[in-house]
Amino acid sequence: MAEADERTFLGLSDVSISEDIPVEGEITVPMSSHSQDDDYSTLDEPVKETIIRDLKAVGKKFVHVMYPKKSNALLRDWDLWGPLVLCVSLALMLQGGSVDSKEDGGPQFAEVFVIVWFGAVVITLNSKLLGGTISFFQSLCVLGYCVLPLTVGMLVCRLVLLASMGPINFLIRFIVVIAMFAWSTLASTAFLADSQPPNRKALAVYPIFLFYFVISWMILTFTPH
Amino acid sequence: MAAPQELTFHEFEEATDLLAETPGAPTISSLGEVQGHVSLDVDTEDQEDGELGEENDQTRLLGDEKQSPNFWTFSYHQSFFDVDTHQVLERIKSSLLPVPSQNFVRHCLGHHPDLYGPFWICATLAFTLAMSSNLATMFQNWREASFHYSPQFHKVTVAGITVYCYAWLVPMALWGFLRWRKGVREHVGCYTFLETVCVYGYSLFIYIPTVVLWLIPISGLQWFLGVLATSLSGAVLLLTFWPLVRSDTKIVSAVLLTVMVALHALLAFGCKLYFFQSLPSRPISVTQSPLHQTTPRLLQPPRGTELIDH
Repeated sequence: MAEADERTFLGLSDVSISEDIPVEGEITVPMSSHSQDDDYSTLDEPVKETIIRDLKAVGKKFVHVMYPKKSNALLRDWDLWGPLVLCVSLALMLQGGSVDSKEDGGPQFAEVFVIVWFGAVVITLNSKLLGGTISFFQSLCVLGYCVLPLTVGMLVCRLVLLASMGPINFLIRFIVVIAMFAWSTLASTAFLADSQPPNRKALAVYPIFLFYFVISWMILTFTPH
Repeated sequence: MAAPQELTFHEFEEATDLLAETPGAPTISSLGEVQGHVSLDVDTEDQEDGELGEENDQTRLLGDEKQSPNFWTFSYHQSFFDVDTHQVLERIKSSLLPVPSQNFVRHCLGHHPDLYGPFWICATLAFTLAMSSNLATMFQNWREASFHYSPQFHKVTVAGITVYCYAWLVPMALWGFLRWRKGVREHVGCYTFLETVCVYGYSLFIYIPTVVLWLIPISGLQWFLGVLATSLSGAVLLLTFWPLVRSDTKIVSAVLLTVMVALHALLAFGCKLYFFQSLPSRPISVTQSPLHQTTPRLLQPPRGTELIDH
């Protein structure tokens, strides 16, 4: 029995450390010491560098949204700065609409914020409950970044509204909002649909469609003073 | 010297022994798959009491990983979203057309109620109500000179609260009432809470196209569509709950079914009246500033300012 064991272990003994090689040295893996140096260096670097690095990451993701290809940049290095900036600017641009009474009017700042963030959380929960493999924050990141076309559309609409009101004005805004809505939905579907089980893709995509449809509605119905 | 070597060889010994004895033994990577099976099995275990025998064997094999999922775990809630696209579409279709021989719960849901349908149908209905109410107001007052379009975003909040309260509180009350009746008389059947919520959620689907069609400003058509939608989905509800209360006293079952249909109609026509109220054109022209006296003289007395003082 022992001999059989020894034969089994013969090959393994070549793999194990033999007595000739001294068992000494540093226990720390070289990688960890490198990252320790990194930590110290990012603590010491000027604030400008940190901000510029984060801005570059956000900007790279904006480019990925505007030209959606099957890339992993949005998913791998998720961050929520971009969605926050987009949501705040969208909510700010939706302010300043005219009101007849204090109830009638466009969405308040808080309402836009709640719809965007609560909507994104609900959609993420929905896709996870349906069996999706994407992580919570990755999905939030994608949904938030894909609001970028709609924010650009809002900016265009506000510029167009500086001109005189009329049916042509409305038509231009309508076309712009429809195009941006399609862009947003297609961009987010391109990133998120692959993580769903194949027979539930439509179930996961429909809430995303509804989400961007509601945001487009808010943009289209914005009327200034 | 012997001690460290013994330790290292000990590890290999265990591993090689195990591998030699059982070449197909599950390794760590496939435990993930096995856990996936656990959640599926536990799903059926939740809903069928008669199949515990099989499930107990499997749970014992897996070392009692999860006997029944805790309410606070994710997989418990995941079991309510275990539907495919075609299943959801089938459920929607059978909620639109009441067929007397097919009970929605038994035939369509099987024993797998889902929460996806009710939740997203309610969300869609709430937003559709607010949007088409806004559009309807705009179309009505398009020609008024003083009309200024406003998005009326508060309607989303009102519509959302109304729809979600109806779709969740009414099934809760109904389920509680049926449980109580089941305690009083054993022949009365009962659905689970989720099945009741599911039926009510899917029965609201027909209101989505109805609300969109209510944009057409013909009043008679609007009432006809409302009655049609209410009767179709009310019939589905009646057919679903009739087998349960059939064995109860006549008074109780009649009252229960009447109240169900009445609440359903109340939702439909309440929404119609609140969100799609047709504003009479006369008061608007009268309460305008004196600048707008050019509106038809037939509607105004010779002195417009007198009425404005009202």
